[in-house]
Amino acid sequence: MEFHQTVPMNDTASSPSKSLPSLNILLTGVGGQGTILASNIVAEVGVALGYDVKKAEVHGMSQRGGSVVSQVRWGRQVFSPIIPPGEADYLIAFEKLEALRALSYLRPGGQIIVDPHAIPPVTVTSGDAHYPEDETIQVQLARITPHVHWIPGVAIAEELGNAKAANVVLLGAFSALLNHDPDLWLGVIRQRVPEKYRELNEQAFARGRDLILTGPR
Amino acid sequence: MKRLLSGNEAVAHGAWEAGVRVAAGYPGTPSTEILETLARFPHVYAEWSPNEKVALDVAIGAAYAGRRALATMKHVGVNVAADAFMYVAMTGMEAGLVIVSADDPSMHSSQNEQDNRQYAKFARIPCLEPADSQDAKDLTIAAFDLSEQFDTPVLLRMTTRICHTSTPVEVGARRQEYPPLIDKYPRNPAKYVMVPANARKRHPIIEHRLEELAAYAETFPFNRVEMRGRALGVITAGVAYQYAREVFPDASILKLGMTYPLPQKRIRDFAGRVDRLIVLEELDPFIEDQVRLMGVKLWPERVLYPHTKSIFPITGELNPAIVRESAVAAGLLPEPQAGEKQVVRGEDQAESPQPLPAGLKIRGNGHLDLPARPPVLCPGCPHRGVFYILHKLKVPVNGDIGCYTLGVVPPLSAIHTTGCMGASIGVAHGAAVAGDKERHVAVIGDSTFFHTGIPALLNVAYNRSNVITIILDNRTTAMTGHQANPGTGRTLQGKETREIEIESLVRALGIDEVVTIDAYEVETIEKTLKRWLKQDGPAVLVAKHACALLPEERKKYVSLQVDPNVCNGCTICFRIGCPAILKSDKLDPKYHRPLAEIDPLLCTGCEICARVCPRDAISFRDQVLHLHYDP
Repeated sequence: MEFHQTVPMNDTASSPSKSLPSLNILLTGVGGQGTILASNIVAEVGVALGYDVKKAEVHGMSQRGGSVVSQVRWGRQVFSPIIPPGEADYLIAFEKLEALRALSYLRPGGQIIVDPHAIPPVTVTSGDAHYPEDETIQVQLARITPHVHWIPGVAIAEELGNAKAANVVLLGAFSALLNHDPDLWLGVIRQRVPEKYRELNEQAFARGRDLILTGPR
Repeated sequence: MKRLLSGNEAVAHGAWEAGVRVAAGYPGTPSTEILETLARFPHVYAEWSPNEKVALDVAIGAAYAGRRALATMKHVGVNVAADAFMYVAMTGMEAGLVIVSADDPSMHSSQNEQDNRQYAKFARIPCLEPADSQDAKDLTIAAFDLSEQFDTPVLLRMTTRICHTSTPVEVGARRQEYPPLIDKYPRNPAKYVMVPANARKRHPIIEHRLEELAAYAETFPFNRVEMRGRALGVITAGVAYQYAREVFPDASILKLGMTYPLPQKRIRDFAGRVDRLIVLEELDPFIEDQVRLMGVKLWPERVLYPHTKSIFPITGELNPAIVRESAVAAGLLPEPQAGEKQVVRGEDQAESPQPLPAGLKIRGNGHLDLPARPPVLCPGCPHRGVFYILHKLKVPVNGDIGCYTLGVVPPLSAIHTTGCMGASIGVAHGAAVAGDKERHVAVIGDSTFFHTGIPALLNVAYNRSNVITIILDNRTTAMTGHQANPGTGRTLQGKETREIEIESLVRALGIDEVVTIDAYEVETIEKTLKRWLKQDGPAVLVAKHACALLPEERKKYVSLQVDPNVCNGCTICFRIGCPAILKSDKLDPKYHRPLAEIDPLLCTGCEICARVCPRDAISFRDQVLHLHYDP
């Protein structure tokens, strides 16, 4: 587990626009996991911080149980809504196979927040494809970066009574890695989730945060 | 106040601020959220029409009546609406009319990749292209003004990346309450009745209008020059503008808010102020062709791609990486130096110092062979049973557009043709009347049936073909996110309305052999289809069950269970392709096949697996509920 006390404001290294510091965040998961809701929250937090923000996602057929990718860019001035391969500073994966699938977007040495939760695709459950072993995933992620944070979002959210809050557990971890004031995030989350789930989401957020700040309990 | 809005939400805000009164459309990715957003504003009438042609006629009627009107659709929807699109270009209107075409480069959710800017040129009307959400709002307002100033419909051309990217937008109040621009519906046949004698007089008028628009384009404030260095000049529009800024930060840019007609003087002037001039645009060389026709020299003079696009690909979405690679390939940018090259891609095994772990393979392109995660029919999807039976019966199936197109995915593999909205029934009819010896099946969803299926089924009834039509009636327009349709009993703006009953509609079309069966009743569906396969004449099965994702259906979820002592791993339940059915680690002691197991988080309790299981190893809902309540 890694600890970070500063907000990384990386120049997009391969882009010539070196004068524009930015933070590229790629969120990925499986349709139905709340990937898009999470990216809405990340985008709103960027606005609250005073960034120019772009958030790109694809709707439609890809959402029916397929891979979902949402991209958020924070910067002084953001042009392309799409993060070029190798230029994401953070990869937040709500499912571990999807972390591997999206890995080409991460810059070497970037940060990964990944849920060890597995959702086998139909090509595995009713086909001949093989879901990669944990060790395989770990080795592959480690090839790109040593900064891999395994956050059991689904397990924690189930403990709290609702697996759907898993995405907010990972956002809690993300906010801690950025060394952000939790109230900034909670303010945005409160606006985005229904009243009756407010407490659940606050707990989920705090649990994710604690995992980064104090390590696993 | 600045708010983060998607391009679609921004168009809705722009239309509202511009005083739009009537908005109509048909749901289609990536356009759907425009009307969903606009429908919630006050003083606006917004509707889902049964198809895009009807929607555009509705908007035209409102504009004839002197009220600002908006029609929204995805790119292929404009094909459906094209007849209306062409006549309204001829007639003009009494108040502003804006037609939104949401194109889908890379076909994230579409059957083709057409560049609808060509429609503007085809119909001689202006085309505006926003580059982000603020632009989308501003250009929507500008489009209404332009429409009234020049008495022309205006095409607002969006793309997936603009529609579904959120960027900050300054939102405002409605500029004013717009009273109707006329007191009385026009009685002006010379303008509005396109009989040949009148139409012949209108055609020169719209050609002249185009010249005036071209002159206006020179001063249109959303055509903008950004001078930086003079080494490179880029003419660009839409999302490509963003890629131009990112990849060529020192280039001067002519950003076109209007891509048809073009401001010729400004282009020539810009060309004279830079050493090398290129055009950066997605899909067709729409701007590029026009600029070359003007005789303006673009760099390079040789053409790299087929057709006439010189530097950038003609297919697929662009992104900064593609723009950069294309510019390097064309010699516009230098090759990246070894040191700054960022090829450390996660999937790039060539760079890997590690031996490959067991269970992973490398594909031909050097990427890791990860198990694909294609979109699939959801757990509990009421379409699943029909496709399982169709696969079993080995009949030719002509499909249509909707979630149920996923019936093509293995293991169901039960769709053999799919073209466009409403095509299934006509195509099946064509194959049947051609004398094809197999009995043809058409499969179409409820909303698609209302869209363009009805005339095709009328044709089957009228011309008596041996087509079996299956209407998958899940009581909603599911694929695009559960929009209302004539079968749902409510309108876009939440009003209760007459719920159209499909079976009686089918009878009224002239088909006597029609039954409605609950879509989960796979045995009855199989029996009915087998009976029809032995007889001649048109027949229609309405397979009816509400989409499993609708809130009322979610309340009924019960997770079923597999009895591991009864299951022998025969694999039949795997063949329904349900994401909730997993291969367990346990093997059958006799055959050593993996037993089935059910993911309790995903299972909805639709019972299709239980119905097809030959050993009754899967519990039914009643059994599960009984176990739960009476342990």
